[in-house]
Amino acid sequence: MKLNLRVWRQKNAGAEGAMATYEVDGVSPDMSFLEMLDTLNEDLILRGEDPVAFDHDCREGICGACSLVINGDAHGPERTTTCQLHMRSFRDGDTIDVEPWRASAFPVVKDLVVDRSAFDRIIRSGGYVSVPTGSAPEAHATPVPKADADFAFEHAECIGCGACVAACPNGSAMLFTSAKVNHLNVLPQGAPERETRVLDMVAQMDAEGFGGCTLTGECATACPKGIPLPSIAAMNKEWLRARRKVK
Amino acid sequence: MALAPSKDTATAKGAAAKGSASAKGTASVKGTASARPPSRTPSRGFWSSTIGKKTVMAVSGLIMLAYLVAHVAGNLKVFFGPEEFNGYAHWLRVMGAPVLHHEWGLWLARIVLLAAVGAHAVSAYQLSRRDIRARPTRYVHRRKGSSYATRTMRWGGIIVGLFIVWHVLDLTTGTVHPGFESGRPYQNVIDTFSTWYGNTIYIVAMLAVGLHVRHGFWSAAQTLGVGNARRERALRLLANVLALALTAGFIAVPVGVMTGVVN
Ligand code: HEM
Ligand code: SF4
Ligand code: FES
Repeated sequence: MKLNLRVWRQKNAGAEGAMATYEVDGVSPDMSFLEMLDTLNEDLILRGEDPVAFDHDCREGICGACSLVINGDAHGPERTTTCQLHMRSFRDGDTIDVEPWRASAFPVVKDLVVDRSAFDRIIRSGGYVSVPTGSAPEAHATPVPKADADFAFEHAECIGCGACVAACPNGSAMLFTSAKVNHLNVLPQGAPERETRVLDMVAQMDAEGFGGCTLTGECATACPKGIPLPSIAAMNKEWLRARRKVK
Repeated sequence: MALAPSKDTATAKGAAAKGSASAKGTASVKGTASARPPSRTPSRGFWSSTIGKKTVMAVSGLIMLAYLVAHVAGNLKVFFGPEEFNGYAHWLRVMGAPVLHHEWGLWLARIVLLAAVGAHAVSAYQLSRRDIRARPTRYVHRRKGSSYATRTMRWGGIIVGLFIVWHVLDLTTGTVHPGFESGRPYQNVIDTFSTWYGNTIYIVAMLAVGLHVRHGFWSAAQTLGVGNARRERALRLLANVLALALTAGFIAVPVGVMTGVVN
């Protein structure tokens, strides 16, 4: 396959950026989107140009490091991560636009790499459980109802990629934060911090400069892990409950 | 330390549960060295929170919505002739009597509504500004329709807000209504809907109200944490029925005047 790429190039956080056009030849439909970018970068390096910077790590859809808005869609046209998106989703001769996540809470570091440390700070503010260390507790000592376990697991799937923020017209992090809050708040292990967790994580989310939720639903459509939109309503419920309990 | 709150507990769990060895130890590397500081210090306050402001918006919106349901029911009395309609307008003034003094009930309702409109407008303004600031850069490759609901809520809200001002000046105070006679609402209504601009302003505003209620009612349910996957269909249905009933009910009056059913 031969493709026309239009890629956002930006030297550093302070520099002006612009879309640059590249032709990539010899792309196999079995390549992942990132492998296609590797091909481009090898070419750029051979020509003595600066390769395109992009985030990646596991390349198996589980770490949340990869990003990219491809033709206007976070993680591209399929419901998966960019590393798991294959070039068979495109056609020979296609022009593909590749841009970084856009949100003021996710400033561009270079090219397609954005600073997602805001998510780390949201996690740090309450995305943990306190566990007594030392002897391991008996596994069956704390029963968890099946429905709660399923609910927790559904939300534990969030990999913190930030596609929800990138897709949201308000740059809102409500879907990510709700996934983290719901995951821990429903479990007995998360009960001791149930109220402070949701209050602190929402406070941190707001402090980071993410927008509010207008329930547009773009986040849930973009999420590679299928975190559903009602998760936000579930977090709102937890927040209102915590407001009543904590004075 | 007996308790070991670990930052990685939450995120590592997701990956580990799926049977992978590569838990997310990389989380903090993601942002690279130039970690951006938060734009302000976190606050647990109600009003400083986006969820708190949304709650104010939802509650004030629902108060206005309840009023609109009562209002449309009252308006439809116009089809039963001037006596019944004017009688209803008179009752609004003696509502709550003899416990309440003349017009006290009406003023109470007006104060609650004014507070609701104010709270709603202020929270909508502050949230919208925040939302626009949170996403200052557009994508070069723009998809169609992605912010349809958000934009119609903002523009629709502004249209409805301007309409409320005009509507009060037209049919309550009569300031912009030539030949207005207080105490004769039936005649005033017929006057308004005998002008092309009266009909146009009114019908456009009622379509905006319908769209606003359609997304707003369902949104309020999500904001207040009443919505969930099981109730999704019922809530959407109720939002559509409410929006349609309000719009159709309100528009029936000018259409009635235009077609001569009401005269
Ligand atoms: C003063 C005129 C009005 C303005 C400027 C306005 C503006 C807005 C905006 C911008 C939103 C959505 C913002 C967001 O989701 O972040 C909204 C939501 C809403 N509006 Fe209005 N609106 C007005 C009048 C009304 C009226 C008359 C009603 C009564 C039917 C109403 C009911 C609602 C409801 C129920 C919501 C949903 C609240 C939520 O999302 O939780 N609004 N309004
Ligand atoms: S909710 Fe989905 S889109 Fe958002 S960070 Fe988590 S996995 Fe990514
Ligand atoms: S590189 Fe790990 S999820 Fe894509």
